[in-house]
Parts: sequence; structure tokens; C-alpha cells
Amino acid sequence: MAFEGLADRLQNTIQKIRGKGKINEADVKEMMREVRLALLEADVNFKVVKEFVKKVSERAVGQEVMKSLTPGQQVIKVVKEELTELMGGEQSKIAVSNRPPTVIMMVGLQGAGKTTTTGKLANLLRKKYNRNPMLVAADIYRPAAIQQLETLGKQLNMPVFSLGDQVSPVEIAKQAIAKAKEDHNDYVLIDTAGRLHVDEALMDELKQIKELSNPDEIFLVVDAMTGQDAVNVSKSFNELLGLTGVVLTKLDGDTRGGAALSIRSVTDTPIKFVGLGEKLDALESFHPERMASRILGMGDVLTLIEKAQANVDEEKAKEMQQKMRTASLTFDDFLEQLTQVRSMGPLDELLKMMPGANKIKGLNNLQVDEKQISHIEAIIKSMTKDEKIHPETINASRRKRIAKGSGTTVPEVNRLLKQFEDMKKMMKQMTASSPKGKKKGGFKLPFNPF
Amino acid sequence: MSFFKKLKEKITKQTDTVTEKFKDGLAKTRDSFSGKVNDLVARYRKVDEDFFEELEEILIQADVGFDTVMNLIEELKMEVKRQNIQDPNEVQSVISEKLVEIYEAGGEISSELNIQTDALTVILFVGVNGVGKTTTIGKLAHKFKSEGKNVVLAAGDTFRAGAIEQLEVWGERVGVEVIKQGAGSDPAAVMFDAVQAAKSRKADILICDTAGRLQNKVNLMKELEKVKRVIEREVPGAPHEVLLVLDATTGQNAMIQAKTFKEATNVSGIVLTKLDGTAKGGIVLAIRNELNIPVKFVGLGEKMDDLQEFNAEQYVYGLFADLMENEEE
Repeated sequence: MAFEGLADRLQNTIQKIRGKGKINEADVKEMMREVRLALLEADVNFKVVKEFVKKVSERAVGQEVMKSLTPGQQVIKVVKEELTELMGGEQSKIAVSNRPPTVIMMVGLQGAGKTTTTGKLANLLRKKYNRNPMLVAADIYRPAAIQQLETLGKQLNMPVFSLGDQVSPVEIAKQAIAKAKEDHNDYVLIDTAGRLHVDEALMDELKQIKELSNPDEIFLVVDAMTGQDAVNVSKSFNELLGLTGVVLTKLDGDTRGGAALSIRSVTDTPIKFVGLGEKLDALESFHPERMASRILGMGDVLTLIEKAQANVDEEKAKEMQQKMRTASLTFDDFLEQLTQVRSMGPLDELLKMMPGANKIKGLNNLQVDEKQISHIEAIIKSMTKDEKIHPETINASRRKRIAKGSGTTVPEVNRLLKQFEDMKKMMKQMTASSPKGKKKGGFKLPFNPF
Repeated sequence: MSFFKKLKEKITKQTDTVTEKFKDGLAKTRDSFSGKVNDLVARYRKVDEDFFEELEEILIQADVGFDTVMNLIEELKMEVKRQNIQDPNEVQSVISEKLVEIYEAGGEISSELNIQTDALTVILFVGVNGVGKTTTIGKLAHKFKSEGKNVVLAAGDTFRAGAIEQLEVWGERVGVEVIKQGAGSDPAAVMFDAVQAAKSRKADILICDTAGRLQNKVNLMKELEKVKRVIEREVPGAPHEVLLVLDATTGQNAMIQAKTFKEATNVSGIVLTKLDGTAKGGIVLAIRNELNIPVKFVGLGEKMDDLQEFNAEQYVYGLFADLMENEEE
């Protein structure tokens, strides 16, 4: 299977070493080969990989790993630390000009998501920083690019500056900034046309826009799925324009996004934001550590926990835990959990954030059907109060009634009842085993997904 | 090597202009590939682990596909051991041989479109966001139109802001009708309308645009299945082509895209766009081998006539031209 995580890869190597008691340089070399493959597989540029592996090897051969009782774990730790370091350590902020308006220029290849990101960024500036941005339609080449930005402006209820597609982008930028001053817009976001980094004429146009509008930020918008070419692209844009930041888009896909690492190390500019969906609020600050986990295929527990914290009531969670321990869970509790988990976002995305999730065979192809969950909800809601507490009382005729009431079928009701029963059994077993005994490959979560 | 000679002869027989366009488009690709292999061979005196590692990197750089590279290197190592090759220069011919095997492993898959001679042909476009679906449709419509065909376009991207307008601009440019509904309407309903319109206008070809969607969004993929079902129901045997548009700059993820879209819509061909940049889209070789989906067109620019029919021989020739020329010397 393609896209196995680093943790998996190292597991195999460690299996081989396990009997030895301690590891030597040759073992480290083999581990480094796995690290290298994991990174290449995630689309990290090979040059970046090479340097990275060299750096990690030095640390790995050193004391901290060799003497450790769990060298495999130590290697992963070192790799993750170095990766996080390489990706910029901590998050960076967006510039504010002391002579407004602050000008932000959006540049990139065709189809990277510049226009959408421009809309999202404007939304973020208003919501989070209480700013009053203006959007500038400077893509005069792609058919209907101006309409696209205008539509976004309408959705956001924000001014969009446009002079049609017959005026040069340089002129548009100039007039837009003057207009923003007049109208007291404190941010100007210039959406430029997508262009290939080898297109000299168009690249020159960007330079002119830059010289004239003197932007405070120049953001390169990059598709997270970009392969080895990410290096060439970001290098060209950076050399010509001097980028101040990068926005990584389409990160809600299933790509590992190794391009992030390549870009960061080639341009030495921070990744400031990531695009995580098609809606206008799907732009988030970049977290280097989480990205490191993702590239290595280690899951993104932090985001998961954060989402859980934001959406799950702690008191209720405790209560739930108690119920699980005593295995006195009712269908009411089950339904409540289901709603809470669902409020955190699409289930398949949540699942992918779990560490070790990629180890579960077929999970990558697993499609969580949100409709099925709606069915489960409907079934539970069609039960009487008493049935929810004592599901064992649900006999054949009650099942028929529930199926009818929820618009489902008897087999579906049966399946749910069986699953619920199994879950309760499992809980009993789990609480029966030692409370500290973590199961292999297991993980503790603030809730039980099912 | 006889294979290269054959390939070269075949290609020189074809119109020079097309070959030139391919060569130009792939010039950067070639520089970074075969130039590097030559350089590698020159630098090493012995074939060792480091040599293979560097070779691996060169191949990876072409986005040929991770698994393909790993398999290729494995096979190369075996071959080198078997023939007891020490001199890197000798490896070069083995490399060429293996590359050709990858190319031939795909077998003879026709890259021609399945066009109905005296009935409506429906072509459905699918792909992730920002790969160039709408632009490609514009170019393809232009191509059919200039062949004297009666073309209708369906504005099935009702989601992205400005998508319908974008297709309309292309419709005006090319001079073909665009069937549309308002933004946010059900794409399947648009397709239903479009099919009826195409039938009543006795169109030869209906090209259907759809919204870009990431392949891991289950609901959106289901929507796409529905769109296809509506077309299937309204025109027996349709869609005659389901074309997946891939961006040449995309890395390993392209393979997953191809797999997932194939499962959902039974993709019949690939359009590889943005090949005029520095990216090579080498992953299509792997996709061809693993999934049996041929590339049918390549996009080499933003102009109306910048869509070329894909020619596997030319593509491979473009990728490895220097290498082959060396062989012959």
C-alpha cells in the first residue's frame, strides 16, 4: 500500500533490531533509509530530504538515541523535532502597515486557489482581526476570474475593486490602493492571475505590480498536492518577488503535503496559513508540528484533541466515562455522543487524524457515510424512553414499529441493537482489564467514537 | 538499441510541428532527467549503493511515482548483479531498457476518443479543484468545432463562484452553446437539461463540466456518481468518455486521484494539463501501468489550440530523448 506512515516503516526495521539489545551505526543507517523513503513518498523534494537525513543521522548516531532503550521511538522523536524546526518552529503573524492600507499581494500558479484564498483571507481579517479589507480583481486573463472574486465579495459583503479586463493589472493595483485610502479600507488584497513561473512576460508584470503597490505581504499560494516541482516554482517566485509568506491550499485532501517542507526550506519564508475546505471560513493558521506529523503519516492528535475540547462538554465527558466504566450506557447517551462527535466535523477527517489510523487496513478507503449516521439517529429517536434505557425489551414487534417510525428497515434496527450490545460488552472487558494497561496500538481519547 | 531506433523513426514520420511542440513542452523535463542520468554515470566509477540512491532521486524528481521508482531500482539492482556490471556506463543501457519496459507494460491502449459517428457523444469531465477542467473543455470544444462538429457544453460546476461565467466566456469564444442553471443548483439537473437540449438540437457532442472536488470527500464523489447516472439513463451507452483532468505539477497524490475517480466514475482517459511548466507529470506512466487508464490529451498552454492529442511514444521520447540519442552514438 502506498502512503504508509513513517511510524509503520520504522516498526519493521525495529522488529529486525529488537533481538540485538543495542543498535549500531548500520542500524541507524537502515532506519534513515526508511525515513528517507517516507519523506520522498510524501512528495518532499529529494534535495531537501538528503540534507534532512544527514542532519538527523548525526543526531541519531549520537548518544541520545544509541543509549536509549527505545531507539525506534527516539529516532521518530528526533525526526519530528527536526522536521518541526525545519518548518519554522512557531507560527508567524500577518503584517500591519503603520500607514494604512496594508497591501497584500496573492501570487501563484494557475489553479492553486488564489481567488478562493483571497476571499478566505479577507474573511479572516475581518472576523479575527476586526479589519475592513478591500478585494482587488487583478486577474484580467482567466475568463470570469473577476466575476468569481465579485461573487465572493458579495457573499462576504465586502467591496471588490475592478476595472474590467481591459485595463492592465498594474494600473488596477494603483487605482485600487488610492480608492482604499479614500474609503478607509485598512487592508487591500490583490488577487493576481495565475501564471507559470517560466512565463517571463507575466512574471515581469508581477514585479511591476510589486514596485508600484509596495506590498507589505506577498503570499505565494501553493497547492498542497504539488510534487517535486514545488521547489522550482517557489524558488522562481521568491527570487523575483521576495515572498513574505506561503499559503498552502487543499490540505483537506488526502495528500501528505511534503511540498510544504520543500517550499519552506527553499524560500526560507514561513507558511502562514492553510486552506482546509471550500467554505469561506476554511482558512487556518499554520501549525508546524502538526504538519510534521502529517508528512510522516503519524496522524494529527493535537488538532483532534483541540476539536474535541472545543466541542465536547467536559462535565458530560466525565459523566460519560463513568457510565462507560459501569457499562450502564443507554441509547440516550449514545445519541448524545454521536451528536457531539458529529459537531466536530466530518467523521472520515477525524478518523484520519488519529495516530495509527493509517495502520488499520482499508481505513484509507473507508468511507464514512454520514447518511448512515443520520439513520442511526432516526432509529434511536424512534424508540420510547423506556426502550432507550432497556434495549433488551425491544422485541420483534417493537423493532417493526421502530423501523417504520424511522423510515428504515428491521435489519437496520437489528444491526444497531447488535452493535450497541457489542459495544457494551467491549466496555465491560476494557474496564475489567487493568486501568493503566494501554492496549497495543491503542489510544486514549476524550470520548468514545462509537 | 533497436527499440529507440524504431521509436525515433516512427516519430520522425509524424508531422514535425507536433513533435516540436512536444519537445518544447518537455524540454525542461528532459534537461532535468536525462542530463542528470548522464551526469551521474560520468561521476561514478563503480556501481554501488550510493549510485543507486542518486539514480533513485533522479527518477523521483520526475514524479514518476514512488512505487514505480522503487520497483525499477530493485529490478536494476538484480539485473546489475546478474550481468555482473561494474561500469556505470553499462548501467545506462539497462536503465533505458527498463524504462522502455515500463512504457511497454502499459500495452497498446488507444488514446483515441470514443466518438459516435451518427449519434450524440457525451464526454464527462471530472477532477480535483484547480486542475484546469473548464479551460480544457473550452479547448476541446474549439477542437471539435473546427472539425465541423455541433458542440454543446453543460455548466455542471454550480458550486464555485464564477465557474458558470467562465464556461460561458469559453462558449462565446468558441461559438458553442452553453446549457446552464443558476449557481447552487443541482448539477444532475443541469445534466438532465443539457442532454435534452443536445438531443433536440441534434448536437454531435455534449461536453459536461463538473465542479472540482477532492477525492476524499465522500458526499461530493457520490454527487458525481449521480451526475453520471443521470447521463447514463438519458443516453444509452453514455457517457462515452469520462476524462479525468490531472495537473502535471501534482505529486504522488495523482495516483490516489486516479484510483478514486476511477472507482466513482469509471474514468476512461486522462488529460494532463500545465505541461508547459517545469513539471513533468511522470506519474501518468505509473497510472497507465497500474490502472490501465491512458492519457488522451495534454495541455501545453493557455491558448485555444494548446490542447494536443497525447502520443505515448512522443511523450516517452520527449522524456528520455537525450538518453536515446546517446544510445545510438
